[in-house]
Amino acid sequence: MTSRLKAFARFWYDFVVGDDWRVAVAVVAALALTYAVSTTAAPAWPILPAVVAILLPLSLWRVARRQSSNSATSQK
Amino acid sequence: MNSSALFITVFLACAVEAVEALTIVLAAGVGRDWRSAFIGVGCSLAVLALIVAALGPALTAIPLGALRVVVGGLLLIFGLQWLRKSILRASGLKAVHDEAATYRTQLAAAEAAPVERRGLVTDWYSFTLSFKGVLLEGLEVAFIALTFGANQRNIPLASLAAVCAVVVVALAGLAVRAPLSRVPENAMKFIVGVMLTSFGMFWGAEGAGARWPWADATLLVLVPVVTLFALALVAVLRRAGGGVRTGETIADGLGAS
Repeated sequence: MTSRLKAFARFWYDFVVGDDWRVAVAVVAALALTYAVSTTAAPAWPILPAVVAILLPLSLWRVARRQSSNSATSQK
Repeated sequence: MNSSALFITVFLACAVEAVEALTIVLAAGVGRDWRSAFIGVGCSLAVLALIVAALGPALTAIPLGALRVVVGGLLLIFGLQWLRKSILRASGLKAVHDEAATYRTQLAAAEAAPVERRGLVTDWYSFTLSFKGVLLEGLEVAFIALTFGANQRNIPLASLAAVCAVVVVALAGLAVRAPLSRVPENAMKFIVGVMLTSFGMFWGAEGAGARWPWADATLLVLVPVVTLFALALVAVLRRAGGGVRTGETIADGLGAS
């Protein structure tokens, strides 16, 4: 029973969060910041595009770095 | 713009997942037993229809602001995942999705498994393979169709796009009787990733209280900007040496399936 519940939770985690949890956390934080800024006079719309512009290259860079370090290890 | 974008996004997302589901069903049918495979497909489609029928009206009952912030956030997370994988594939850092290879692997596994009869199902392996394959691929599509449809207050159009995609892919599968390996799956995933990311940003920010400078017309800017940004990232990763193949263009990488 416990293992089935764990598998169920694992499925939904993989389905929603995917293989980079930092992306999910950053999106939630960006939405919270957008809400906070929208209650002031400052424009809140640039926050999400700015977060995507930073988040996507960072996430790709992590994969590229991991792959290059893996290939360097396998060549040794 | 919004209705056509809704239809195109749901159609493409659904077509991509339907191609992958078709490969699994073909392996189950060719390698094992067609009848059990079709029962599996029927059962999973019934479960998916129940999910859409239950969640659809519930989603439209939620106030639009709350719906947009939750759905926008989820679509943005989904979109960034799709886009990240597409960029990695186009730049050569991740193997492109190969439907023919997946089919060969599934077929070999199906042929090796023992036969077991349960109730009306003559071959349990074919049934579960088809059922799980269609349900898992369909769940993501049901989510995209429901959230896009609910946000646009047009679930019927989103459902129509999903049904059209399934019918087109099923007919193509029937015609060629082989995995649809020539479908430009990776390019389609790239486009869906761009659309999910753009709509996710747009709805998420609106739901959180932000006001876009050009209201709905902002999407006409967001979609091309996200596309160009993603293509630029592909170019940068390729130049940095991520699996560059001589003479290959970005379009080749996106189109290879």
